[in-house]
Amino acid sequence: MSLLGGGIFKGMAVTLRNFVGSYFDKERLTTKEYAWRNDDKLPERAGDYPKEEAEQLSDTTTVTHYSRNFPMLLHDEGEPMDTVRCVACQICERECPPQCIYIEKSKDKKERGGNKAQFYPATFDIDVSVCMSCQICVEVCPFDAIVMNSQFELSTPDRFGGLLLRRDDLLKSNDYYHKIHPEEAAARDKRIADEKAAKEAKKKAAEEAKKKAAEAKAKAEAKAKAKEEMGGIEKPTETPDTPPADTKKEGNAE
Amino acid sequence: MTAAAPNYELIQQDDLETSLLEVSMGPHHPSTHGVFRMDVKLDGETVVDLKPVFGYLHRNHEKLAESMSYLASMPFTDRLDYFNSMTNNWAYALAAEQLIEIEIPERAEYLRVIMSELTRLVNHVSLVGFFVNDLGALGTPLLYAFREREKILDLFEQASGARMMCNYFRFGGLRCDVPEGWLDRTREVVDRFPKFLDEYEKLLCENEIILSRTQDVGNLSKELAISAGITGPMLRASGVNYDIRKVDNYGIYDRFKFRVPYSKGEVGDCYDRFMVRMLEMRESIEILKQALDGIESGPIMGNAGKVFKPAKAEAYGRVEAPKGELGFYLVADGTTQPYRYRVRPPSFINLTVLQDMCIGQQVADAVIILGSIDIVLGEVDR
Repeated sequence: MSLLGGGIFKGMAVTLRNFVGSYFDKERLTTKEYAWRNDDKLPERAGDYPKEEAEQLSDTTTVTHYSRNFPMLLHDEGEPMDTVRCVACQICERECPPQCIYIEKSKDKKERGGNKAQFYPATFDIDVSVCMSCQICVEVCPFDAIVMNSQFELSTPDRFGGLLLRRDDLLKSNDYYHKIHPEEAAARDKRIADEKAAKEAKKKAAEEAKKKAAEAKAKAEAKAKAKEEMGGIEKPTETPDTPPADTKKEGNAE
Repeated sequence: MTAAAPNYELIQQDDLETSLLEVSMGPHHPSTHGVFRMDVKLDGETVVDLKPVFGYLHRNHEKLAESMSYLASMPFTDRLDYFNSMTNNWAYALAAEQLIEIEIPERAEYLRVIMSELTRLVNHVSLVGFFVNDLGALGTPLLYAFREREKILDLFEQASGARMMCNYFRFGGLRCDVPEGWLDRTREVVDRFPKFLDEYEKLLCENEIILSRTQDVGNLSKELAISAGITGPMLRASGVNYDIRKVDNYGIYDRFKFRVPYSKGEVGDCYDRFMVRMLEMRESIEILKQALDGIESGPIMGNAGKVFKPAKAEAYGRVEAPKGELGFYLVADGTTQPYRYRVRPPSFINLTVLQDMCIGQQVADAVIILGSIDIVLGEVDR
């Protein structure tokens, strides 16, 4: 220690450099404007959000598209309840760590998007005062029906009812999902398309196998018939009517 | 571990009766060190006896985990030590992975190391900020620290979707891959960090006020540290070369070249604990650089089944968390829920020597000693 207080002056020089530097170097700023997208402008007053964008998209433009907040239910193009992906299988309800999801299955089945008729959620509530944004429900969902929203302006004067999101609050279109999480949504859509293509290919292969089996059967029958006509020395061995190997039962996954 | 209060004779003067003063420090602000109370017995300014009182933040973590599936308690581990959710995830995943046969892909191993070392930077840099905040340097160093921490938290958000409650590790890998360009952004942050550390060291390490307040305050001997089960930077500050990254070589830590800083002196005072953390950040940067060079693309999830249902077994997984040895002990009974779930929290066990360190010190130093232990009450109380 050469000079008493030398260390303090050294430290002072650092703070001075940071203070002056913060006017020139953005990296030195301790606070920054909370607007992430280049074309995004923050409103002048609270509550002054631009409303031209559909739904509450404006609420989410101040966060990155990686961030997650609370879950929402996805539906495809069309009327929300006609195209909702959820089939009320209740896996998310069972797996939710803080148990904040409540689902009631519908009594009837409804056809959606050209698939076979499925149940739909008659009630689907998420208590966001309990939800801890862990994304487990998204992971366990086999139908890609539930994903994370990034809307965070949910403050309400009603402590219980206002924070209980009902089914109709939770329903959001796939387009909205693409707007708030572009990368994730694109990856998900690609995966769904791939899976669908794989399934179709499998179905096609299965159909072909069936056709082949039928042809083989017809051939065998014809052969047997021919033999019978020739004198019937040999008893025809029936081709077993087994289903093709690849018709895996998909069940609810349609 | 708690030594009895020394045989202390009160200063008695003629015609004047003096007695010990009992002060209840805390429980106050929930964000500095959490809701924690110290019952301190004072003679003048000197601490004669100290009793830590905690449990204000107890939320039944262990019992809760026994009543839900293995995966479902992963997000709850984030909330133990809420500064270091990534290392908490890793310790739990490590314990669960011992219960089943599973191979973790290369890329996932690298990302685990990267996340864990970034976490160490976040923890140490903010701890140093809080520590000098306790000394009375209000704001400035802490805000510099938080400015750097924010850059790393942005990286966490991009990878996992959340800044602090990441919930990113899974049994057999990671939940999702990092987005495109993430590794480049990480490299940028890592490359810039040493410059900040130089500045930070210049600001703090030679400051006479810090030296006089922290040197020879809250001494912890090597023997007591070992026998009390102290781990992490606090043990190394007392002169023991012990780091689980080197001892266990869990994950792929054996592939990286790094040094373990520990104090050569036998004192183990607050300044040692502060300096060990400053030096550890440099080594973390070395590991990060090597990991960023070595990482290759590939899958990030092993062949784990959809349902995690291990056979009857028990497992203990531990990692070198920034605060010390964090371990998870699991007993599986063949169902989808753990039969027993136990956390070995480093901050709780490091806190047990608080009384021994504080007795005989000034009351103002008790605050610094507590700050130098580096506790998070989310983990102490569970």
